[in-house]
Amino acid sequence: MKENKGKGNVTVLSVGPERATEAIREALAMGADEAILIKTEEDYIDSLATAKALVEILKEMEYDLILFGKQAVDDDNLQVGPMVAELLDLPCITFVTELSLQDGKAIAKREIERKTEIVETLLPSIFTTEKGLNKPRYPSLSNIMRAERKTIQRKQISIYRPKTKIINMNYPHSQSVGKIMSECPDAISELVKLLREEAKVI
Amino acid sequence: MSKPVFVITEQRDGVFIKVTYEVVSEGRRIADQLQTELITITLCSEVLDIAEQLGNYGADKVLVAESDIFINYTAEGYTKVITDIVRQIDPVGILLPATAIDKDLAPRVAAKLDIGLATDCIRLLISENGKIIACRPMYAGKIIADYEFDSIPQMVSLRSNIFFANEPDPSKSAIVEKINLTISSSDLKTVVKKIVTTTAAKMDLTEADIIVSGGRGMKCPENYKILEELAELLGGVVGASRAAVDAGWRPHSDQIGQTGKTVSPKLYIACGISGAIQHLAGIRSSKCIVAINKDATAPIFEKADYGIVGDLFEVIPQLTEELKKVIEK
Repeated sequence: MKENKGKGNVTVLSVGPERATEAIREALAMGADEAILIKTEEDYIDSLATAKALVEILKEMEYDLILFGKQAVDDDNLQVGPMVAELLDLPCITFVTELSLQDGKAIAKREIERKTEIVETLLPSIFTTEKGLNKPRYPSLSNIMRAERKTIQRKQISIYRPKTKIINMNYPHSQSVGKIMSECPDAISELVKLLREEAKVI
Repeated sequence: MSKPVFVITEQRDGVFIKVTYEVVSEGRRIADQLQTELITITLCSEVLDIAEQLGNYGADKVLVAESDIFINYTAEGYTKVITDIVRQIDPVGILLPATAIDKDLAPRVAAKLDIGLATDCIRLLISENGKIIACRPMYAGKIIADYEFDSIPQMVSLRSNIFFANEPDPSKSAIVEKINLTISSSDLKTVVKKIVTTTAAKMDLTEADIIVSGGRGMKCPENYKILEELAELLGGVVGASRAAVDAGWRPHSDQIGQTGKTVSPKLYIACGISGAIQHLAGIRSSKCIVAINKDATAPIFEKADYGIVGDLFEVIPQLTEELKKVIEK
C-alpha cells in the first residue's frame, strides 16, 4: 500500500513477552518502518485482554489502516481484530483477500461461505487478512541487517484480567487403529461393506 | 426469574442455515439444565415466517428484527441491535454459530459488552455451580481446552455439524416478538457493494455430511472429475488440501485445514492427501475418515478409520462403480 501510494508509514505492534521481538524483527525486515512491543509476562492473556492492551497504545496513534492476521497459531481464536475495532469504534472487514484504496475509502474483497463480497468502507478502518491477499515478501539480507539496527519501542501497561480462563486441556479421544488394506479387487468391496455395515455412513 | 439462554440465529436469503437448528437445539439443552427459558433472535430484511419455526426446536420466545439495513450482514448494524437486546434481556449465556459472519460478529459483541467469548466450540458442559464450560480445539486441534468464564453473560460460538439438531416438534411453539429498531443506514460506515456466488456447490463444506477431498496426489485439476463423480453419487461435496489450492487446481474456498475450512462430515474420503498436521486440524471432527494414498507411510493412515494403500486413479473409479451397485439396490 505504502509503495503504491509513494508515501506513508508502517508500524508493527505486538503484545507479548520479550521473545516476541523475533517476529517483530522479521516484520521490520519485510519493510515496516517502526515497531512497538507491548510487553507482558503473563502466562495467559485472552483475546479481549490482548485487544484492550493494543487499544491503550493505538488510541494515542494516528492511522488510516490497521491490519491483523487471521488467527493465532496457538489458540486459533480469530477474535482480536474485530474486538479492537469495536473498542476503537472503527469498521472492521474480516477475511480480506484483496484491498485497494480510493479517495479516502477502502474497497475490500472478502470471502465468506460460498460467496465473495465486495465491501466499501470509510477510513480509518481495520482489516483482517485471509490467505491469498498477497505473497509475503522475502526480506533481503540488507533489509534483515537494517532491521537489526532499528529500535523497537517497548511499552509496559497493566493487562486487564481475562474474562475467559483455560481450566483443563486434554488430548482428543484417541481412536483405535484404523483398518488399512492394500489395493486389490476385494479391498474395494470390503471397504464398501464396512462403510455400510460398520460405520453406517452410506 | 432466572436469566435466559440467548441464541443468535443466522439466516441467508430467507432460509436458516443448518447450523442454526443445531445451535437452537443445544441452547434448549443448556436452558433445560439451567431450568430457564430460551430466547432466539433473527435479523432479516423481510418478514420471515420461518422464524416462528424455531419454537418447534425448543425456543420459548423468538425475537425478530426486520429492516432493509439487514439485507446484507454488516458488523455495525448487527452488533448494535444485538448488544441492545442483550442489555434488555440480561441472559446467562449467548450462543451462536461459528460461521464467517459470526466470527466477525461475536468478537465485536463480546468487546462491546466486555464479556468472555470462546469460539468454535465442540462441546458445552454445565459446572456444579451453574456455569457454562466451553470445550474447543487449540494448537491446530492437537488439544481440546476447557474454558471457564469470568463474566455474565458467557458467550460461545458453536462449530457446524457437531451438535445435534432436535427433530422439529410441531406441538411446541414460541411467542414471536418484533423488535423496534433505532438504527438507520446512515449509522453504518461499511457498505456491501456486491456479492458474487463463487461456487456452484449445493452447500458449504462446513455443512456437508459427505466430503470427497483431493490433495497433491491428484496431479492436475482435470483429475478432480473422478472425485466429483464420487461426491455426486454420495450426495456430497468436493474439498481440497492446501497443496492443491496452492497449485491453483482448486479455489481457496475449497481448502480444508487450519488456514482453510474446518469440516465435520459423517464421511471424509481423503484422496492423495498425505495428512499434514494442518490438514488434520480441519478434519478432526469427522465421524469417519477414509484415506486412499499410494504411500503406506503417509500420516493420514494414522488418523483414518479405513484406508486403501493404492493408486487413487484405480481405486476411486472402482469404488464409485461398487457404490453404484449398492446404492441402486
